[in-house]
Amino acid sequence: MSELALRGGISVNRIGAMILRYWYLLLSSWPRLLELVYWPVLQIITWGFLQTYIAQNANFFARAGGTLIGAVILWDILFRGQLGFSISFLEEMWARNLANLMMSPLKPIEFLIALMTMSLIRLAIGVFPMTLLALFFFQFNFYSLGLPLIAFFCNLIFTSWAVGIFVSGLVLRHGLGAESIVWTLMFALMPLACVYYPVHVLPVWLQYISWSLPPTYVFEGMRALLIDHVFRADLMLAALAINAVLLMASFTAFLALLRSARRHGSLLAGGE
Amino acid sequence: MNIIDQVPPKSAAADPLGSAAIDVAHLTKVYKQTRAVDDISFSIARGSITGLLGGNGAGKTTTIAMIMGLVLPTSGRVQVLGYQMPQQSERVLGRMNFESPYVDMPMRLTVRQNLTIFGRLYAVANLRERIAQLADELDLSEFLDRANGKLSAGQKTRVALAKALINEPELLLLDEPTASLDPDTADWVRGHLETYRRTHQATVLLASHNMLEVERLCDRVIIMKRGRVEDDDSPEGIMARYNRATLEEVFLDVARGRVKEAAS
Repeated sequence: MSELALRGGISVNRIGAMILRYWYLLLSSWPRLLELVYWPVLQIITWGFLQTYIAQNANFFARAGGTLIGAVILWDILFRGQLGFSISFLEEMWARNLANLMMSPLKPIEFLIALMTMSLIRLAIGVFPMTLLALFFFQFNFYSLGLPLIAFFCNLIFTSWAVGIFVSGLVLRHGLGAESIVWTLMFALMPLACVYYPVHVLPVWLQYISWSLPPTYVFEGMRALLIDHVFRADLMLAALAINAVLLMASFTAFLALLRSARRHGSLLAGGE
Repeated sequence: MNIIDQVPPKSAAADPLGSAAIDVAHLTKVYKQTRAVDDISFSIARGSITGLLGGNGAGKTTTIAMIMGLVLPTSGRVQVLGYQMPQQSERVLGRMNFESPYVDMPMRLTVRQNLTIFGRLYAVANLRERIAQLADELDLSEFLDRANGKLSAGQKTRVALAKALINEPELLLLDEPTASLDPDTADWVRGHLETYRRTHQATVLLASHNMLEVERLCDRVIIMKRGRVEDDDSPEGIMARYNRATLEEVFLDVARGRVKEAAS
């Protein structure tokens, strides 16, 4: 048996099989590949020109060059990371393949690891061209953020996975009737995560909620880096700690929703 | 109860001593107000083919889903190959498989890609050879590299059967395996299932509406109605008790509530 098992019985072979499944799917469908690039490109062009216009007319934005484009790219990492995770999951629902997987030796944790890997692959396909456009059209070198970029990226992707795991659990339990949550839940975080403005513009009571979200720390950290040229490691560590809690909570919720789906027979129904 | 003794497969050696392939005790499933399965108990011997008969809504699919661990029972117990489901499912999922019309395989992937993925999920050794063998046995070679969504219903059923056999399961659960197939293809599938059971000493549980299929394949028949086991015997035993020449006539007796008069 060619099985390569890690501690706790997690099988790299089974995770690889699931990644291969999604990879075959991507390669078999050019609309799926195009969709990965289409929206990020549209986003960067729209917001890039807006940033250019504002910078020409407002002294503050002239100094803080790139905060808007930087925020757009980081937001897309967060949003596309979650979509990359959730769409791969939805493919199983659309294909009515979930029962095949749930009855196979594939474990929930292996399934989730495969979905996380796919979210990275889909993100790379979508966001990399976006960063090149930002460089060539708007002279914003996203990679010039340097090492802090790794901290920003990790924190955003961890949050996107936590949200992705949770909404996938909801779809597992409630069927495709809950699909719209996959597309919309992240937008509920947008005003609270202070993507385009600093936290202090929010009412004080709302700031407490805002600081409970890891992306808030990332966007504040980005502004500190671009405007004040300071890397706020404290913000990144706080975000990491909250992300650890969120990931554990989302995994626990996923298992509870999976159990509930088994109780209610949703795994066989799968539809609305 | 008709239990056929067979030599257990090698991997069964480590199973709890003397365990049946499937052991169901006082199994009940209630969805809100509906009792889909109502306190059923049966045991299925290793190496046998058992038919689960019943009309729509009789509880066959729910029973099979509970055996597979896809649905949690409201009460009662399911043991598969000697292990508790779903608590000990990790010990048996690799040794069983299933086919159901309620489940599809990814449409955009080719037959070969689908079988490769499931083969890897089940850790099948020498996977290429196994796929080639299945393609030969199930006559898939000519469309092995065609997308699953572009196959006819008969071809899709053969592919689903190939997926169900990819890991050479000791226990095969089939939910209406020949539904929507033409008589020729259906007959061919039945022949293949018989051969597989014989050559692998496998246990097969199949839910079906096709009485001829059950008569031909099964050593034993469990008839379900409104979530309960209505009768349980060999096809010959049941037909004799109901004084009927075919299982179809028995089925109509049960479905139309003529059970007591016919059986007495």
